[in-house]
Amino acid sequence: MLRVLIALLPGIAAYVWFFGAGILVQIGLASIAALAAEALMLALRGKPLQLFLGDGSALVTAWLIALSFPSIAPWWLTVSATLLAIIVAKHLYGGLGQNPFNPAMVAFALMIVAYPQLMSQWPAAGATDFAMQWQAIFGSRMIDAITMATPLDAVRTALHAADANTTVAGVLAANPATGGIGGKGWEWVAAGHLAGGLWLLRQRIITWHMPLAFLAGLCLVAGLFNLIDGARFAAPLFHLFSGGAMLGAFFIVTDPVSGATTPRGKLIFAAGVALLTWIIRSFGAYPDGIAFAVLLMNIAVPLIDMYTQPPVFGHKDGEAR
Amino acid sequence: MTVLQRLFSFNGGVKPAYNKEASTGLPIAMAPMPAQLVIPLHQSIGGTPRPLVAAGEYVLKGQRIGGADGDVSSAVHASTSGTVVAVEMRLMPHTSGLSARCVVIQPDGREEWIPRQPFDYRGATPEQTRDYLRDAGVVGLGGAVFPSYLKINPGKSGKLDTLVLNGAECEPFITCDDVLMRERAASILKGALIMREMLGAARVLIGIEDNKPQAIAAMEAAARAANEEAGHPAMQVVAVPTRYPAGGAKQLIRVLTGIEVPHGKRSTDYGVQCFNVATAYAIYEAIALGQPLISRIVTVAGNVARARNYEVLFGTPMRDLVDLCDPRPDSDRVIMGGPMMGLLMPADSVPVVKAANCVLVGSPKLFPAPPPEMPCIRCGECAKACPADLQPFELYWFSRARIFGKAQEYHLFDCIECGCCAYVCPSHIPLVDYYRFAKSEIWARETQKEAADVARERYEFRLLREERDKQEKAAKLAARTVAARATAAAALAAAEKPVITAADVAKKALITAALERARAQKAGVRQENTGNLTPGQQAEIAAIEARRAEIREMAKPHLRQDD
Repeated sequence: MLRVLIALLPGIAAYVWFFGAGILVQIGLASIAALAAEALMLALRGKPLQLFLGDGSALVTAWLIALSFPSIAPWWLTVSATLLAIIVAKHLYGGLGQNPFNPAMVAFALMIVAYPQLMSQWPAAGATDFAMQWQAIFGSRMIDAITMATPLDAVRTALHAADANTTVAGVLAANPATGGIGGKGWEWVAAGHLAGGLWLLRQRIITWHMPLAFLAGLCLVAGLFNLIDGARFAAPLFHLFSGGAMLGAFFIVTDPVSGATTPRGKLIFAAGVALLTWIIRSFGAYPDGIAFAVLLMNIAVPLIDMYTQPPVFGHKDGEAR
Repeated sequence: MTVLQRLFSFNGGVKPAYNKEASTGLPIAMAPMPAQLVIPLHQSIGGTPRPLVAAGEYVLKGQRIGGADGDVSSAVHASTSGTVVAVEMRLMPHTSGLSARCVVIQPDGREEWIPRQPFDYRGATPEQTRDYLRDAGVVGLGGAVFPSYLKINPGKSGKLDTLVLNGAECEPFITCDDVLMRERAASILKGALIMREMLGAARVLIGIEDNKPQAIAAMEAAARAANEEAGHPAMQVVAVPTRYPAGGAKQLIRVLTGIEVPHGKRSTDYGVQCFNVATAYAIYEAIALGQPLISRIVTVAGNVARARNYEVLFGTPMRDLVDLCDPRPDSDRVIMGGPMMGLLMPADSVPVVKAANCVLVGSPKLFPAPPPEMPCIRCGECAKACPADLQPFELYWFSRARIFGKAQEYHLFDCIECGCCAYVCPSHIPLVDYYRFAKSEIWARETQKEAADVARERYEFRLLREERDKQEKAAKLAARTVAARATAAAALAAAEKPVITAADVAKKALITAALERARAQKAGVRQENTGNLTPGQQAEIAAIEARRAEIREMAKPHLRQDD
């Protein structure tokens, strides 16, 4: 798990570069909350503390929560989300290895439903300094001035607009948060996660199945609709480098505990997440769809695994199971 | 030169530290005669041989002391001449610590053989040769100890495509096949030729892992000579990539021929049969020299100063072997077999048996206790390493949760217990232990079910018999009444009675026949998993039965209290 944390570093570095050090505060908050909750639950369950705290799984959950939440979210939002992830989504389901849902995504989904406004306030690149972020996290929230609609929000607005003249290109051009491919700054964070993810692949921590199926699936469905109606549907590259796509591809859908396990199952699982993500992004009411997509596919995992069992030695020609 | 041979590959596998060099430096030595030989009667898969000797009897070297019992069984012989001291229960070489019936022989030191004569297998029918090999005690010496006579059968077609000789020896530390091939290559191939003739095999492929260049060279030279003598190149030595478990019979067949033999199927149905090189040597000794199987090559390795291979008489205590090799002072355990698949011995006094290819001395330093077991996170590393293409983590979950039906559905019994999954598990879960537990629980249940079936059959038969008796009585009564009343026609009534009896006999015969049919049918569909168990597996079942009985006993007082 330590190597997963290391792989997150390039993305975090880009994050700090473009959006300030507020994210580090969030990571710190989530980490402390996660370790405290993990220790508490392990003690309650009578498990050896040092052994299980040392596995780093709680820290991975914490970092994923921090990275998927707005960096200027109030401290209590991050902390309570992390507590929820560790205590409810992980330990109440039986602890490490037993949770059917990705804990970080459970926390994200619950918070975006409970506090949709707080979860939708994303600062633009370079719009805030560390003092403002610190103020937003710990003090009173006067943040309307520093947040704006993200490119993903803008694209959806274009799709839903009744006005036929509103096009994706037009909306994106009008949005100052738009960058070269995806969101301004965000595309670099995504590139950082891509680099970290490729390193994880090289380290054989993850297999190629899930990231490839997710990214290819997202590309395919976005590309198809972009071809059909380019004015209303954003281009595939925009989808890949916006929101949490890269983080999701390498760090979220690849969670072995709650994901599919067979080679074919992994492809189906990740492609399903990609399809649902695109649907929620395009037609849903939330800024990004990865969390819900992952949770929905988590539900299908037992079924996917059951129907994608690879053939056993000597039974390859499909004879007598 | 190796003839170029297209090789196939099996999925998974691991590359553990091989640790083979230590025991290959010296040639095979004969282990000294122990003070006493303790020879277990049950040394192969199948039925336990009947003891043929009693305490006080004098036996010759090579004399049969246990006769094969049942369709799957193999004879056992006195390893030397001497006096039978006892036929009694002794600790057997299995982790369970259970005892088994053994013949204890006090050697007289004269090594007096039984009369030995080569067996003319060309002049005998295949059945006669198979019976001879059964009574010579030849079993698979790769570790599975399956009676070889059952495998020397070409099956329905009467001939095979390929005879595979397994010299891969993929398990770490073990080198007994390696040195055997280096030193006795010609004899191994003579044994292989006998098998080839009996199986009608077109070719013989000898698979050897490429980390044994000397064995490969020796076998190639011998194969060349044999081919020249025979006039056609039937024998071929093939170096196979070194990857554990390349020496698994199914894996080696796959690598050499591309054929995958499914679990529960005979490899002869696919035109191929596989024997260990040491088994081929044993067949040579039995047929060409008239010597039954009374010894084998055993590697003594691990935490010893002088690891070496010994030719060991069956019944020799493992301790004697270990002492020959200067065990280091921190040695604390003896393992039969290698570190991947071996069994921990309950004591070092247990005897060397036909399955003992290696006596591995362990210490806390050489085999440190594994780090604490952590939860399974379904990372799938085990599935990547599994040479049987199973999903080990799923089997682990089902075994752990005692969902044995599901475990079988996921092919639990296709698991060859090679240990690759446990070797790669990042959570250090002793996965194979879980599978062995699940398998033995399933065996225990099947055995129980069989017993219940027999009891039910008996009960049903009793009901049937009672009903029949009742009817018979009624018929007799009716007949008597008729007889009494028809006083006028006494002769006629007398003639009537035998008619009824005849009908009765016919009915009885019908019932018996029906019952017999039902029983035969049941025997036919009997669960396959309880067939062909090794002595170890049977011991495991016995252990489980004992534990179950114990639990039932323990539960009884509690139940009463609750009442």
